[in-house]
Amino acid sequence: MSNMNFEMPNFALALPEIFVLCMACVVLLADLFVGERNRVVTYLMSQATLVGAAILTVGLHTGETQMTFGGSFISDTMGDVLKVFIYLVTAVVFLYSREYLRVRQLFTGEYFVLGLFGVLGMMVMVSAHSFLTIYLGLELLSLSLYAMVALQRDSIGATEAAMKYFVLGSLASGMLLYGMSMFYGVTGSLDITEVSAYLAQSHDKNIVLAFGVVFVVVGLAFKLGAVPFHMWVPDVYHGAPTSVTLYIGTAPKIAAFAMVMRLLVEGLGDLHMQWQGMLIMLAIASMAAGNIIAIAQSNIKRMLAYSTIAHVGFLLLGILTGTENGYSSSMFYILVYALMGLGGFGMVMLLSRAGFEADRLEDFKGLNQRSPWFAFIMLILMISMAGIPVSVGFWAKLAVLQALIRADMTWLAVVAVLFSVIGAYYYLRIVKLMYFDKPEDTSPIKPALDMRVVMSANGLAVFALGIYPSALTALCVAALK
Amino acid sequence: MFSDLPLLSLVIWLPIIGGLVVLAAGKNDVLVRWLALIFSILTFVASLPLYTGFDSGTYQMQFAEQMPWVATFNVNYSLGIDGISMPLILLTSFTTVLVIIASWEVIQNKVSQYMAAFLIMEGLMIGVFAALDAVLFYVFWEFMLVPMFLIIGIWGGQRRVYAAIKFFLYTFLGSVLLLVAVLYLYFQSDSFSILDFHDLRIGMTAQVLLFFAFLIAFAVKVPMWPVHTWLPDAHVEAPTGGSVILAAIMLKLGAYGFVRFILPIVPDASHELDWLVIAMSLVAVVYIALVALVQEDMKKLIAYSSISHMGFVTLGFFLVFSIYDNTNSVAGAALGLEGALVQMVSHGFVSGAMFLCVGVMYDRVHSRNISDYGGVANTMPVFATLMVLFAMANAGLPGTSGFVGEFMVILSAFKANFWIALLASTTLVLGAAYTLWMVKRVIFGPVGNQNVAALQDLNGREALVLGTLAVLVLLLGVYPAPLVEVMHSSVGHLLEQAVSSKL
Repeated sequence: MSNMNFEMPNFALALPEIFVLCMACVVLLADLFVGERNRVVTYLMSQATLVGAAILTVGLHTGETQMTFGGSFISDTMGDVLKVFIYLVTAVVFLYSREYLRVRQLFTGEYFVLGLFGVLGMMVMVSAHSFLTIYLGLELLSLSLYAMVALQRDSIGATEAAMKYFVLGSLASGMLLYGMSMFYGVTGSLDITEVSAYLAQSHDKNIVLAFGVVFVVVGLAFKLGAVPFHMWVPDVYHGAPTSVTLYIGTAPKIAAFAMVMRLLVEGLGDLHMQWQGMLIMLAIASMAAGNIIAIAQSNIKRMLAYSTIAHVGFLLLGILTGTENGYSSSMFYILVYALMGLGGFGMVMLLSRAGFEADRLEDFKGLNQRSPWFAFIMLILMISMAGIPVSVGFWAKLAVLQALIRADMTWLAVVAVLFSVIGAYYYLRIVKLMYFDKPEDTSPIKPALDMRVVMSANGLAVFALGIYPSALTALCVAALK
Repeated sequence: MFSDLPLLSLVIWLPIIGGLVVLAAGKNDVLVRWLALIFSILTFVASLPLYTGFDSGTYQMQFAEQMPWVATFNVNYSLGIDGISMPLILLTSFTTVLVIIASWEVIQNKVSQYMAAFLIMEGLMIGVFAALDAVLFYVFWEFMLVPMFLIIGIWGGQRRVYAAIKFFLYTFLGSVLLLVAVLYLYFQSDSFSILDFHDLRIGMTAQVLLFFAFLIAFAVKVPMWPVHTWLPDAHVEAPTGGSVILAAIMLKLGAYGFVRFILPIVPDASHELDWLVIAMSLVAVVYIALVALVQEDMKKLIAYSSISHMGFVTLGFFLVFSIYDNTNSVAGAALGLEGALVQMVSHGFVSGAMFLCVGVMYDRVHSRNISDYGGVANTMPVFATLMVLFAMANAGLPGTSGFVGEFMVILSAFKANFWIALLASTTLVLGAAYTLWMVKRVIFGPVGNQNVAALQDLNGREALVLGTLAVLVLLLGVYPAPLVEVMHSSVGHLLEQAVSSKL
């Protein structure tokens, strides 16, 4: 090591990450000093952190792709866009969760601190440009999530879910790490730029590389919850407190998309032919199992878990095309999914109250009579998840399908739409319960004002983006240029 | 005078805005009904200049509007009508007024949501007829399922949930394949404009695949045998207004898809596979008519009769190829196509009227079974007169609108193939059999039971609705020329597209 030149990294590019890290520690400390009655201070500080991070990310955005920390950290438009959406989604998650947690004596600093560390993990995943950084971000996120699921420690369901999540999640991390180590073995580098450069030059398709791709894809499939690596998803979604389910089901999906992009597309883009076949199988299996098993569910959190699996299948369709068009379509899809997932789980929380979870399908019976407005919001969300116009879910499906057809995979598009017809059935069942059945439970629905406003805005955004999706689709295209 | 107004946008959005206003009006049922009526009448009035200002000398799209919508996918908000879509738009705006009047007192439960659903649906259906961008078409086409799903499910009869879900999934299955087909055409032409699709040259394999995707989408909506089974269920369980809209307009959307997509975009595949559609149509005409004969439930009977009559429409569309092959002239084929289009409008009036008639009786006796009636003519003479008139039109009696379309199609069928014509003409016998036998059992004979004895004749509102339809049925029957004239140029152009190869 004769050439020891230490270059000072450009910390400015990672300023949002540094800010969130500092603030998470500040919130952790501050929470010790605010009493039980002033816990709302913790909540407000967490929200302020997210706002601050958003301001920093937008303010530091240059539109150029820049690297720092020796090439292991990247700052580009895709990263910035995804990060801003992560802040936004997390802020809404915190907002929806406040009342839910308070009623259940779970309104503690830990939820918010872990949530912020999770956000930090996601930011690192989004901006990572080395296998090791990706892994660091992923573990920071995962550990926060394991702890959040277990937050309700007296609940048997939550503890069991946390245990399953932890064991299976660790297994998946292990797989991912094993795959990465194989790439390190062949290419001699953990840096995505260098790995990708090596793969572009070498034409001998090493068997170790093929194994490496398999392990990396398996690890990613675990984290995304694609079939056959989906077993943890329904149990965790069901067992965790709804506020945590809401968190797991939305923002980390955006980060997972970023991770797939960084690893498979930017890193292993030259092995496209190898991972495309695997993704096709994962996508078809996910759409099939997700949509069909969802029909049999009587718990809405489980049903939405299987619906998530089906949506992940659709997301993979865009990525596996291997075209820029497909990537931007998938990005659009995942952002739209996060918005719909927020609304869907948010509605479960809106209907719940002390001692009542509102997570069975029957709890939606006759919602149109109890509250026509929220029934309408839920109707929009269900229509959107089913991919029926005019809702943004339709455009998301359209984007992915047109990318597939452009990549000459029309047969896959036909398979995808046929599964979405099956999927329409269980979304319609919710509409049926809300509109056609008589309510069993007639207690009034009185959510807090902020919840009411944001929930309405959430639903209407799905509708408004359905009428005018241009801005968001153009943003996704620009982000991947 | 109206040239500056975006008339098509007006007739699409006015009822949708009206629907939202009605929803906002909420609990005040009287206000809601009047608002709904005012909005539907305004829409009807706004749609009239589409007829008066229509230039029937050209096949070009008229009243065209175009704006970029989603630039990323090159989707435009583009509207326009020709001689084929214009009469259907008028039919829609007219029928909605009647439906709203017909549901005036009948619907007492969630009135504002009911009226809003119908108004919003009106806008969406007009949107389907006016859309010239395939994605815009699809958005209207698909979103329409949601209000209809709610209408059947909330205000329907006993097995409404089953019927609503069946209706939705059947039609959704058809339309997703339409979406894939449209996206494939977009990939080929880099445009979503339906008119650009018309000029696209497509290979035979692709044409055949596209043909089947379109066929499934539109056949489900028409509905053609063997994918018709959702219709009787949906009709029986839907409230009267829902049945009227379904029969009078929604079925026409499927048929409209045939002339807007299948014939001009995949003419070679249509030519090659015309035997398939003709066979399916003949099965609908003959077999479904026999099924109608044995129905106990009046609404089911009319539903099956609708399928049988729509078989005539698709038959007329696909006869053009063999007529052209036989005679080598477009003029002969035009008769069949125009007959099919006249049949669409006529069926809109007649089936709507028949469902309204059943609705009138159902409101009084709360039964749709033929056996619960008998001798209605003794207690409801005015109603009986009108119902017999509509029944005659349904059976295709000369002088009523039902005759014109069927006659034109049968006449052109003789130019295609004698056996096809013979099978098609059995409808005149079978149609008369099932309709008149039902009329005999329901209307004539001695008073059947206590309920029938207690019947009150039509009130002013019902008489107005049925009377208006009766006038139109007769008018179209004796003087169909204005309708045929406006479609003439467009039909000629469509035929040219259909018989010229796109390979």
